[in-house]
Amino acid sequence: MIELLDVHKRFVENVVLDGVSLEVKDGETLALLGPSGVGKSVTLKMINGLLRPDAGDVIVDGLHVPQLGRKELATLRSRIGYVFQYGALFDSMSVAENIRLGITDETCYNDAKFCEDRVLECLRLVNLPPEVATKYPAELSGGMKKRVGIARAIAGQPKYLLYDEPTSGLDPVNADVIDGLIERLRDELGVTSVVVSHDVRGSFRVADRVALLWQAKIRAVGPPDEILASKDPAVLQFLERDLEMTLIQAESREGEGERGGETRGRNV
Amino acid sequence: MSNGAALTLDPLRLVARWSLRTADHVGRFSFLIADMFRGLAEWRIWVPRTLEQATAVGYGSLFIVLLVAGFAGAVTSLQTGYQFTGTLPLYYAGAVISESMILELGPVLTALILAGRIGARYAAELGTMRVTEQIDALESLGRSPVSHLLIPRVIAGLLVIPALTMFANATGIIVGYLTAKGSLGLTYADFEYGARYFFRPLDLWYSAIKSVCFAGALTTIPCYLGFNTQQGAEGVGRATTTAVVSASVAILMLDALTTKLLLVAK
Ligand SMILES: Nc1ncnc2c1ncn2[C@@H]1O[C@H](COP(=O)(O)OP(=O)(O)OP(=O)(O)O)[C@@H](O)[C@H]1O
Ligand SMILES: [Mg+2]
Repeated sequence: MIELLDVHKRFVENVVLDGVSLEVKDGETLALLGPSGVGKSVTLKMINGLLRPDAGDVIVDGLHVPQLGRKELATLRSRIGYVFQYGALFDSMSVAENIRLGITDETCYNDAKFCEDRVLECLRLVNLPPEVATKYPAELSGGMKKRVGIARAIAGQPKYLLYDEPTSGLDPVNADVIDGLIERLRDELGVTSVVVSHDVRGSFRVADRVALLWQAKIRAVGPPDEILASKDPAVLQFLERDLEMTLIQAESREGEGERGGETRGRNV
Repeated sequence: MSNGAALTLDPLRLVARWSLRTADHVGRFSFLIADMFRGLAEWRIWVPRTLEQATAVGYGSLFIVLLVAGFAGAVTSLQTGYQFTGTLPLYYAGAVISESMILELGPVLTALILAGRIGARYAAELGTMRVTEQIDALESLGRSPVSHLLIPRVIAGLLVIPALTMFANATGIIVGYLTAKGSLGLTYADFEYGARYFFRPLDLWYSAIKSVCFAGALTTIPCYLGFNTQQGAEGVGRATTTAVVSASVAILMLDALTTKLLLVAK
């Protein structure tokens, strides 16, 4: 279980979180939505202790994260997978080594055969071909980096997964693969996840509950249909703007689809 | 912004702000060093990475270090000839060349060159890792950046830099002798007599101790600055230049200090 209790955070005079309380039950997927720059990534970093709240408490797995010592924090983090918004791959290491570092259990990490299998399995889960394993992050496209980041986060079979915009920058097919992966991890392994996203449609599909972060506070939280039916002007404003965007994107994609298909056909 | 302008105009505030910043740096630097000592227990992690770093940094630096040492030896030799000919016996040149190489030029020049090479490299690497969230990523996997990134770099420096210094000493002396032979007609027997006459075994130790101190400064300071980089590419640039400048200043200060403590006390 992940709990944020009245969390406050400011950077100099920029108040980012002003009394945020949030609860994610075991085995649940929560989508955290909000406009750009509202503090979604900051909230996520509070959960695994990369940032410390100025006031309030963060409880994960029954542990008070801000008060943990170095050792306990490291142990807790090995149970939390974190997908960084911009990948954050180790660029001096190959993809395989990147994913291997995600295997947090020491005995497994030192077992070369196990690691090799696990790396390939994780690559398959994020829909990347095995050849990618020997490449370096600089040789990958943005979307591939993103997926390697996801593979690294799931490699250690964590109990909690924090995704910072897992599908941004991905084409619709791969975005669907990732959404499917998030659902499968929840259904088959009971992983508790927080998915930060701009993509309203995708996150409404994978989430059990949706929370809207709006002007430094949680403005609305509840199951997707409840949020869609909400009469709150802030929710309406956010949803409308975003649904419009997805509609426009979908339309233009359909228009481009025919032409895009041709060029792709020629390249292959 | 207007606040910043006011601060720069008021000298008292400027001093206060500077002292606060320095105290902050000293505090955080000490914590980082303490962290590194604590991280030494995780030897399984840092030993293999240290070897990687040591080869990367050592081979790459060998050429430039020997080049600089060779020139330093040649110039010392020429200057000795210019100043001493006719006034002192020729074998003195052997003593001056070898002693100034071992005691001062070898360790100090090597360290200053490596502050630019190794120090800048460490600060830029770690700074980039910080601003691209790679250090956060390491922490998010429950792994310690100190034992994965910092300890290997510092220990690699502590191993490689004294070794490079010894090579530099040898190169400087050899080139110095060859130059003296060419310009002064110094024979090998004279050179060896002079070099041995003033040489104490302690001198080599002194050279090694000095280079270990310099190695400590020129690895830990850039590591600290790179590790605490903020604000993107500009921050990486700032961390790198600050690292080279402060490591060089630290080397010169340590040079004075070690000379005073180890040589003058005798
Ligand atoms: N390390 C930091 N130092 C100073 N300010 C920061 C820092 N990290 C984040 N902020 C500020 O906190 C606010 C929220 O940032 P955050 O990255 O959480 O936004 P976000 O909701 O994830 O946006 P996006 O969807 O664009 O990623 C921003 O105004 C940002 O300027
Ligand atoms: Mg973000």
